[in-house]
Amino acid sequence: MASDDAAARLALTDICKTFPGVVANDAVSLTLGPGEIHALLGENGAGKSTLVKIVYGVLRADSGEMRWNGQPVQVASPAQARRLGIGMVFQHFSLFDSLTVAENIALGFDEKVPMRDLTARIGEVSAHYGLALDPGRHVHTLSVGERQRVEIVRCLLQNPSLLIMDEPTSVLTPQEADRLFETLRQLASEGVTVLYISHKLEEIRALCEAATVLRGGKVVATCDPRTETARSLAQMMIGGELATPVRSGADEAGSERLTVRSLSLESEHPFGTPIRDVSLSVRAGEILGIAGVAGNGQPELLAALSGETLCPQADSILLDGQPVGRLGPRARRARGVCVVPEERLGQGTVPEMTLSENGFLSAYLRSGMLRQGLLQLRAMSRFASDIIEAYSVMTPGPATAAGSLSGGNLQKFIIGREILQNPDILIAAHPTWGVDAGAAAAIQQALLDLAKAGAAVLVISQDLDELFAISDRLAVICEGRLSASRPTKDTTVEQAGLLMGGMFDEAGEIIETHAA
Amino acid sequence: MLPRLEPRSGVSAAMMLLTPAIAVGLTLIAGVIMFAALGFDPGRALYTFFVKPVSTLYGVSELLVKATPLAIIGIGLALGFRANVWNIGAEGQFTLGAICGGGVALALHGVESWLVLPAMAVAGILGGLAWGAIPALLRVRFNANEILTSLMLTYVATLLLSYLVHGPWRDPDGLNFPESRMFEDSALLPVILDETRLSIAAPITLLIVLAGWLVLSRAFLGFQIKVVGQSPAAASYAGFSEKRLIWTTLCVSGALAGLAGMFEVSGPIGQLHPVVSPGYGFTAIIVAFLGRLHPVGVLFASLLIALSYLGGELAQIELKLPLALTGVFQGMLLFFLLGTDVLIRYRVRFGRRGAQIALPQGG
Repeated sequence: MASDDAAARLALTDICKTFPGVVANDAVSLTLGPGEIHALLGENGAGKSTLVKIVYGVLRADSGEMRWNGQPVQVASPAQARRLGIGMVFQHFSLFDSLTVAENIALGFDEKVPMRDLTARIGEVSAHYGLALDPGRHVHTLSVGERQRVEIVRCLLQNPSLLIMDEPTSVLTPQEADRLFETLRQLASEGVTVLYISHKLEEIRALCEAATVLRGGKVVATCDPRTETARSLAQMMIGGELATPVRSGADEAGSERLTVRSLSLESEHPFGTPIRDVSLSVRAGEILGIAGVAGNGQPELLAALSGETLCPQADSILLDGQPVGRLGPRARRARGVCVVPEERLGQGTVPEMTLSENGFLSAYLRSGMLRQGLLQLRAMSRFASDIIEAYSVMTPGPATAAGSLSGGNLQKFIIGREILQNPDILIAAHPTWGVDAGAAAAIQQALLDLAKAGAAVLVISQDLDELFAISDRLAVICEGRLSASRPTKDTTVEQAGLLMGGMFDEAGEIIETHAA
Repeated sequence: MLPRLEPRSGVSAAMMLLTPAIAVGLTLIAGVIMFAALGFDPGRALYTFFVKPVSTLYGVSELLVKATPLAIIGIGLALGFRANVWNIGAEGQFTLGAICGGGVALALHGVESWLVLPAMAVAGILGGLAWGAIPALLRVRFNANEILTSLMLTYVATLLLSYLVHGPWRDPDGLNFPESRMFEDSALLPVILDETRLSIAAPITLLIVLAGWLVLSRAFLGFQIKVVGQSPAAASYAGFSEKRLIWTTLCVSGALAGLAGMFEVSGPIGQLHPVVSPGYGFTAIIVAFLGRLHPVGVLFASLLIALSYLGGELAQIELKLPLALTGVFQGMLLFFLLGTDVLIRYRVRFGRRGAQIALPQGG
């Protein structure tokens, strides 16, 4: 199929794109046939996003040729791309918070569509593809996972013949991801070409029939992922040996560091999820994983644990046996708690501020960066440099603005900032979301090492593979309730999936049902 | 096809610093057009407005006298604006500072002590602080918008001053004029340049500018202010209390405005009048923005705006133009500044939606 360019739906030849100081794409060629599901693989900064933005008309290539169904085309804008039949689901959502789902989708259309027809079509598509959506909800009330559904449905409504998906499954349950794959396979069987970007190598092996691997802006390999292993794919990506997270031996878990007792909290947000009777404990030296689909109370639980939301009773949350429920984030930090928040930009970091300042943001109580109310600029810069070095953050230096880092690099910086503070208790939300395989392995290893060194680690994640890889015990949050925790090694993916669907009783134990 | 605004991919740091200069240039051009339309020789009118006021040493000293309150208030407002706390009521806090400082001067009438001035300063600061604390309380407790409450309190303050000088504090020997008695020498700021009204308020202003700069660039408080202003969620994550910062910024900006009010009545005015300010508290809002919310920028902006006060007065005397000209120039300056600010963040496009959309550089 690659030999016959005339039959190809999309053929890219020698695409080059240079940004000041960086060659993002260096003579990249790629051919996609009709009905093909093709993976685009590469580490952060390998040039994947640049390439698909060129295809989608967001960026213009410096040189090279693009053929669409055999015809040379210049895609000048996303609107033109959509007219050609190219749809794209971005990793970073482009939704307006204050508008409803239907209004946001209407904005994506280049022609005017009556709202009633649109609502009906949203209903059809979301039912057809199993992507539940309420068209009347305001986007700011939606979870990350639901927002992604809006993006996917918006794309599917335009009947694309090439669908570009940038990390679409990172916020779905295994069952939901499977349903999405069915959708994609169904689309492919109808002749739609899918260009699929993901860091989840296992799902690429399950879904894609061809893969193009980018490294440093160049195509370094093309392969059939079904005949490769996840490990071999990862090594093509990073061009070297992949370090797999090493679990420490079954050390005796230490004393209880973090305890939550029957915590119930009304959500401050009218559409938020109230926390209902949540109890958990994390011991020194272990990692407790909390799985769950987005929008089931994770942000509310995280805010209660970090102190951003105060609990009604002080003894709902104990640190080393001391009640801290009424203490704010600063006082809890002083007691050894560090937190990796959900949002990297705007919460975990201030985009306009430098890495030095962003290092200081959560570490101001430590490392001598604050004396007599004055910032110690040299210590701040040194701390940021330490993070950059220890966690291989790709950036010119501590004076760079946080907003200019790619998502994965920024995540490495945030994780490094929290871990280098030597926390007694680390609470991490989605530690490797949207981070490439090499960096994700490094982050997971850092979490394991931290626990081995005696810290209590709580990881809230939607990535089950990750939780199975690193956590000692696993609990699942669903509609604000938390299941009882179970040893990870005695838990199957199917059981976790059932718990994620809320199949647990008052005591938090799993309700076994007959397989339908 | 209507023009549209499209966000630019990045904001040039150089342009951020250049826009105030561009705005001044545009204001001058508009001034030329306006003078020409009014039938004046634009060159002579602009000379009268912008150059002649500072062509003598006395003129320069008057410029500093006018710039002093603008800079002091502007520093306080800039701190608040950085934290998205919109204190629009500096005029009222200034007035309360004048009332409290002046009240102490009147109460200590006849006391010859160097302690009178510090007592007045403390009273002025506390008065302004109290007037700033009211909107803070209302915002923190009842989520009442500080823009409205601080603005409304301005009218309360000016009416209170009017009542006092028409009533209880009226000069007993003043032939029923609505003014207080003249302050004694011990209640007047020492003049530092003979034959002028330039007092020690000017060097103190420089110290306040320096302190403001230190707070914003090096202090933990300034860091918290910047984080709250730029990313409220990050401030909450870091454990910076937004409520405490609302209290702090409103109290500090109120206190500084109060100090400026006390300086005004114990300096250039020397007694309490029904009106003690030609709108310094409102004009300082322009000063703060023109100075890019940076203390050093505020200092330069205060000099420029002070010039518009002097120029307006001189244009009234020499060209028989209405004093409203001052307001027109200040308004044009703010208009052009806001306009250029928009244009460095957005570009104007005609026709269909273009190709260049700024998207974050994803992984």
